[in-house]
Amino acid sequence: MIQSLGLQFAYAKGARLHFPDVDVPQGGVLLLGGPSGSGKSTWLALVAGLVAPSAGSLRVAGQTLGALGGLKTDAWRAQTIGFLPQKLHLSAALTVQRNLELAFWAAGVAQDPARIRTALDALGVADLAQRYPTQLSGGQAQRVALARAVLMRPRVLLADEPTASLDDHNAADAVQLLFTTAHRLGASLVIATHDARVGHTLHGLAPGGADSMFQRLVLYPTASSGAAP
Amino acid sequence: MNTLALSWRYLWARPLAATLNVLLLGLGLASITFLLLVAHQVERAFDRDLAGIDVVVGAKGSPMQLILSGVLHLDVPPGNVPLAAVQALQKNPLVAEVIPISLGDNFQSYRIVGSPPAYPALYQAALAQGRMWRAPMEAVLGATVARTLGLRLGDSFVGSHGLGAGGHAHGDSTYTVVGVLAANASVLDRLILTDTASVWKVHEDYTAVDAEDRKAMEAEREVTLALVRYKSPLAAMSFPRWVNANTEMQAAAPALEVTRLLHMLGLGTDVLRAFAGMLLLTAGLSVFIALWNAVRERRGDLALLRMLGAPPGRIAALLLAEALWLGLMAALLGLALGQCFVLALGQMLGLDQSLLLGAALWPAELLWVPALALGVSLGAALLPALGAYRSDVLQLLQSR
Repeated sequence: MIQSLGLQFAYAKGARLHFPDVDVPQGGVLLLGGPSGSGKSTWLALVAGLVAPSAGSLRVAGQTLGALGGLKTDAWRAQTIGFLPQKLHLSAALTVQRNLELAFWAAGVAQDPARIRTALDALGVADLAQRYPTQLSGGQAQRVALARAVLMRPRVLLADEPTASLDDHNAADAVQLLFTTAHRLGASLVIATHDARVGHTLHGLAPGGADSMFQRLVLYPTASSGAAP
Repeated sequence: MNTLALSWRYLWARPLAATLNVLLLGLGLASITFLLLVAHQVERAFDRDLAGIDVVVGAKGSPMQLILSGVLHLDVPPGNVPLAAVQALQKNPLVAEVIPISLGDNFQSYRIVGSPPAYPALYQAALAQGRMWRAPMEAVLGATVARTLGLRLGDSFVGSHGLGAGGHAHGDSTYTVVGVLAANASVLDRLILTDTASVWKVHEDYTAVDAEDRKAMEAEREVTLALVRYKSPLAAMSFPRWVNANTEMQAAAPALEVTRLLHMLGLGTDVLRAFAGMLLLTAGLSVFIALWNAVRERRGDLALLRMLGAPPGRIAALLLAEALWLGLMAALLGLALGQCFVLALGQMLGLDQSLLLGAALWPAELLWVPALALGVSLGAALLPALGAYRSDVLQLLQSR
C-alpha cells in the first residue's frame, strides 16, 4: 500500500517537485509515467525511503516514512521494498548465487540458501545459480535481478523501465513476469515507464478486466507538476 | 557472504590492479623490513661481540680501527704494543682483568689469534671436541673455521704471515688442532685460537739468527692489543684518560666506537629509509587510485546495495575491508621479500660468515611492517570509502 498526500521534494539546486496524491491498496498496481526529468526516479527514491520529502506525507506498507531514523529506514527498506533497476546492476565479479547473497549481506541478516533456491526456482533460473552475469542472456539476467528483488518477500515491488530495449514479445513477457511475481507475493507493484506497451500488456492481464487494480500516475517535467488530467 | 569475503571477491574481480597494488605496496614494505632487519642484526652482532669488554688498549691510531680489529676482527690492527706495558695495566687498581691479544698470522684467511684461555671464556665458549690449548703451537678452531676448512682433531696446518690470504707461509712452524669450539654465534666462530706464545715462537724461530738474538727478542716481546674489564663502571671516567696521557698506548671504549660506527651507517640507512618512504607513498597513491576507480566503476553496484537496504557505513566498510586485504597481503609479501633480501645480501657479501647478517630473525621491530601496511592501505582507502558512504543514490537512479 502506498499513500501520499501533498508530497513535495526540493532539490539542493532549489528546484521543487510537487507530486500528485496517490492511494494504491496493498497488492495494487501503479503505472508511473511521464517523460525523462519529470521526477519518476525521485518519486521511486521517496517511496523507497532513500530521500526524505520536503513537505507532505507518505505512507508505504503501513509505515510513515520520515518517522524512522536513517539506519532504521535502511533496515525497513531491506525488508519491505524490492527494486528492479533498469540496468539490473548484477555484480560481474560474483556468481548468480552470490549476487543474491548480496541481498542478505545488504540487509544485514543471516544467509538463507534455501530462500535463494526458492526465489531462483520461482523464476525458472535455478540452474543458472553458478553462472556469472556475463554468461546470461538479457532475459535471464532480468529474471535473476527480479529474483534478487523479491528475495526478502517485499511488500512493495518497484521496477524502473523494465521494458527498455526489449522487443515487443520480450517486453510483454517481462511485464507479465513482474505482474505474476508481485501477485504471488501479494506485493504492490510500481512500474516506472514511458513505454505505452506496458499499459497495454497490463490491461490484457487484468482478471476480468478489473481496472480498479490499476492506477496511473503521470508526472510532468515542470516546476509545478500536477496530476494527469 | 560476510563483508570480508565479499571485499575479497571484489578485490580479485580486477586481478591486474590488485596484483599491481600488492606488489607495489609489498616492495615498499620489503625495503622497510630489510632496513629494520639489517639494523637489528648488525646491532645484535656488535652487542654480542662486545661481550663485557669495557675498553681496548692498543697502539696509538684510530680508536675505531682498534675496536674493529681487536674486538670484531674486521680490520687490521694499528700496530703492536710492548708486552711489558700491557702487563703493567694489570697493576692498575681500576682494572679487573687484562686479556692480551696477538694478531699477525692467518690460515686460509681465518685469523690466528694468540690469547690466554680467558679470551674464549669472555664469550662463554664451550668445546665441541678435544681440549683447550696448553702449549704453544696448539690450536683450537672456531666452529665456522672447522666446518669450512674441514679440519679435525690432530690435523696440522701452517699459518701464513698477515691477516689476509696469500701471505708468506711460515714453513716449519706447524700448528696442531687440539680442540674445536661449539658454535656460539660470536666472533669466535671464525677465529683460530692459540697460545700467545705461539705467535712469538713463529716469528722468533723465523727471524732469530742465534741464541743471543733470540734472548734480545724475548725481552722485546709484543702483543697487538689488550682487552680490559673494569672493576667498577666508574673506571670509564678516568682509566682511558690515564692510558692516553701516561702510556705510549691508546684506550678505546668499544661501546662508544660501535655507537659512532652505527651512527655513520645510519646516514646510509637514512637515504634508504627515505627511498622506502617514497615507495610506500607511491604504493599508497596507487591503492588510492585503484579504490577510487573501484568506487567510480561500481557506483551503480554500490547504489544498488543501498537500495537493497545496506546502510552507508556497511558500504564504506566494504571498501575499507578491500584495502585491509591489500595491506595484509602486501605485509606478508613485504616481510617475506625483506627476509630474502637480507639473506641474499648476507650471502653475497659473505657477511653470513662473520655472522653480521644471515639467519632469518623476527625481532619485535618488524611489527612496524604490518602496522605500516595497514596504515597506508587504510589511509588510502579513507577518501574512497567516504565517497562510497556519501554516494548519492538518487543521482544514480536518474543517470541512464
